[in-house]
Amino acid sequence: ADLPAPIPEPVAPVQTAAAPDAADPAALDGGIVAAAHADNGDSTGLRFGLGREALAEEIAAWDVDVSPDGTGLPVGTGNALNGEPLFEDNCAACHGSFAEGVGNWPKLAGGDGTLADDDPLKTVGSYWPYTSTIWDYVHRSMPFGAAQTLSDDDVYAIVAYILYSNDIIDDEFEVSNETLPTITLPNADGFIVDDRAETEYSIWRTEPCMENCKDSVEITMRATVLDVTPDEEGTEPAVDPAPAAAPAEAAAVDPEPEAEPAADPAAAPAEDTLDPELVAAGEKLFGKCKACHQIGEGAKNRVGPQLTDVVGRDIGAIEGFKYSRTMADMGGTWDEDILGAFLANPRSAVKGTKMAFAGLKKDEEIAAMIAYLKSVSD
Amino acid sequence: AGPDPLITEMQDWATGFGAGVDEVPYGLPIKFEDDVIRRNVEWLTADTISSINFTPIHALDGTITPQGCAFERHHSGAIELSKPDYRLMINGLVDKPLIFSYEDLERFPREQHVYFCECAANTGMEWAGAQLNGAQFTHGMIHNMEYTGVPLRTLLAEAGLDAAGDFKDKWVYVEGADASSNGRSIPMEKAMDDVLVAFKANGEALRKEHGYPARLVVPGWEGNMWVKWLRRIEVMDGPVESREETSKYTDTLADGTSRKWTWVMDAKSVVTSPSPQAPIKHGHGPLVITGMAWSGHGKITRVDVSKDGGITWETARLAAPGEDKALTRFYLDTTWNGEDMLLQSRAMDETGYVQPTKAQLRDVRGLNSIYHNNCIQTWHVKANGEAENVEVS
Repeated sequence: ADLPAPIPEPVAPVQTAAAPDAADPAALDGGIVAAAHADNGDSTGLRFGLGREALAEEIAAWDVDVSPDGTGLPVGTGNALNGEPLFEDNCAACHGSFAEGVGNWPKLAGGDGTLADDDPLKTVGSYWPYTSTIWDYVHRSMPFGAAQTLSDDDVYAIVAYILYSNDIIDDEFEVSNETLPTITLPNADGFIVDDRAETEYSIWRTEPCMENCKDSVEITMRATVLDVTPDEEGTEPAVDPAPAAAPAEAAAVDPEPEAEPAADPAAAPAEDTLDPELVAAGEKLFGKCKACHQIGEGAKNRVGPQLTDVVGRDIGAIEGFKYSRTMADMGGTWDEDILGAFLANPRSAVKGTKMAFAGLKKDEEIAAMIAYLKSVSD
Repeated sequence: AGPDPLITEMQDWATGFGAGVDEVPYGLPIKFEDDVIRRNVEWLTADTISSINFTPIHALDGTITPQGCAFERHHSGAIELSKPDYRLMINGLVDKPLIFSYEDLERFPREQHVYFCECAANTGMEWAGAQLNGAQFTHGMIHNMEYTGVPLRTLLAEAGLDAAGDFKDKWVYVEGADASSNGRSIPMEKAMDDVLVAFKANGEALRKEHGYPARLVVPGWEGNMWVKWLRRIEVMDGPVESREETSKYTDTLADGTSRKWTWVMDAKSVVTSPSPQAPIKHGHGPLVITGMAWSGHGKITRVDVSKDGGITWETARLAAPGEDKALTRFYLDTTWNGEDMLLQSRAMDETGYVQPTKAQLRDVRGLNSIYHNNCIQTWHVKANGEAENVEVS
C-alpha cells in the first residue's frame, strides 16, 4: 500500500558550536541537561548526533495512521456487498454476523439515540465521531490476533459493511479514500472538549468541612448484595506457568499426518487416565475458544465447527461446516500430535485456516487443552 | 497460657541451613506472601488478551509498586520485543525523521522521576453503585514507579522542530509496536513538558507487561496514553482521533454528550487497610489506618480520614511530603474498640482541589461516564473487623 505519508525533505543535521560530543562523557554533565530543559522553544540548539535518518520506505511501513480529514488514506474502494463475506470470515466471530456483537465483545451496530439512557449502547453508529477512525482501526489493529493482514480494498469493504449495518450507507455505496471523509456519522457533534476546570474544579476547590458535615449517615448500597467480586481462593492459575520453559517450536511443525512432529506436546497423559486437574485446566482455557466453538452434548457449528469428539475425528469432516480449502483437503485425523501443532500455531500448521486464534504459547496449555478435548470425546 | 513453644523449643530454622546465595538468582516474594498477586475480574472483558488486572494495593505499603504485581492492561497481549529488535521512529513535522536503536536511547542524558500511572477506568465499575468488594478491584488499576528515561523533548529536539513551526496547534501521535497498535495524540505542550521515554522502572528493566524495552511515561495523565513497546512518535498538526481517544477514553455525561481529551487524573485517595481484603484481625486497641493518595495536577498536600461516613474528619499523617504526580502514603494511627466504622479518605492537592463525593460527581456527570471516577470511597468496618464496600447517604 502506497501511503501519502508526509515525508519531510531530509535536512542535514545542524552542527552548532554548542553541539556536545556524545562520545565525551563530560559533555553529558548537568550543564547540558539543564540546557536541554531550557531549550523547549529552540528546537535546533542541541544535537547529540544519535540515531539515523529514517528512510522513506520505513516511514511508509509504519506511518499508516489516518486523520479525520482523510489524510493517510491509501487509494482504494469497497462496498458492503463485497464486505459482507469478508466481515463474516474475519470479524463475525466476535462482532456477530450483523455487527451486533457476540458475548462481551464489542457491538459495532445499533444503539441509536441511547447515549442519554441509563445504559447507553455505544457503537460505531451511535457513538463514533469520525469515519477515519473506523478505517484506521480496522486496518491497523484488526482482526484480533491477525492485525494488519487485510488488504486496503478489503478494509474499505469491511468499513462499508459496518457503516451499512448502521444504516449509514446503502449496500452499493462505494467507500473509497475520496468518499470516506465525506460521510458524517450521527454523533459527530456529540463531543465537547474537557470542561472540568469550569464545571467541577471551580466548585470543588474550597476548604473542606471537618465537623458536623451532615446530620446523619445511612448505608444505601452494599457490594455483597451484587456478589460479583472474584473469589480469591479460585484465582490461582489453573496451569502452573512453567518457569523459563522454552516456548513451543510450533512454527516448524509439519501438518502432514505421516510426518514426524517437531514439537511434542507429550505432557498429555495416556488414554483412559486423564488427569482431572489437567482436564479442569483445559476446560478453563477453553474459555478462549468459546466465542467460536461449541463443545459437549448438543454442540452446534458456529463460527468454528463443533468440537465434541474432535480427538480422533477425521480432519475437515463435519458436514455442513465451511472449512478453509486447506483444511478441507488436508486429510488424516485429529490425533494428539496434529492437534498439538495446530493449537500451538494454527496459521503455521494449517496455512490458510480461517481460525483467527493466535495459538497457545505453552506446552502445558496445549497438553491441558488436549486433555480437555479428550474428556469430551469417546 | 504457658510458654510459647516457638520460643522454648528448638526450631528447624534455628539449627539447620537456609537457602544458599545461588538458589534464586532473581527472586520472587517468599511463599507466605503468595496471595499478594495481581487479580483479574473475568466478567469485565471478553478475553484476557485484551483486558486488565489489578494491583494488590490492599496488601502493599509505602508508595513504590513492585513491577511484578503492578496492574497490566494490554489491548493485544504483552509482547516480547528484544532490545536488538527495538526501533523508535520519530517522523512527521520534524526537520529530519530519525530512527533510534535501544542503545541510542541510553546515550541521551537521562532523568529519574517517580510517577503514578492510573487507568482512566480505575473505579469505573463503581459509577452506578458499590459493586466490587476489595480495594484491589475498586482502586487497583494504579501503580507508582521510579522511572529512568529520556525526556521526550530531547528526542524531538534531536529530530529538529523547526518544521513544526508554532507549537500551539501541534500534536505528537505516539504508537506501540504490539498488534493493537495502541496510539494516542498528545498536545505538543505536554510532550515538551514532562513526558519521558522510559526504559527502567524501580531500578530494573521494564517488565514485559509494562512495555519492555521502552514505554512512554505521561505524568498525571490517564494510563492509556503511556504507550508501551513505544515504536513511533509523529509530530502532527492535529490529533489523529484514534479509536482509543474517540470510542474509548471519552466520558459520556447525563445528557448524552461526551467529554473528550479528559487526560488529567484528578486528585483521589483510598484507604487500603482496613478494607474488604484486609480486615482487622488483631482485636481491640491500637489500629493503623492507611491508604494512598495521588493527583495528576501535582502534589498531594493533605488527606483527611472519616470514620463515620463523612460527618467528622481528622487530618491524617503523610508518610512523606507529597511529590509531583506521585503516590503519597497516609496513616491515621488510632484506637479501635470494635465500633462500626464507615471509613473514608479525602485527598487535597496543591491546586486546592478536594476529592469529591460520589454524589458530587454524579450531580455533574450522571452515571455513564465509565472513566475518571475519583469519588470518595467508603468501607463499612464491622464489629468483627470485616469490611465491606458500601455507599452512604
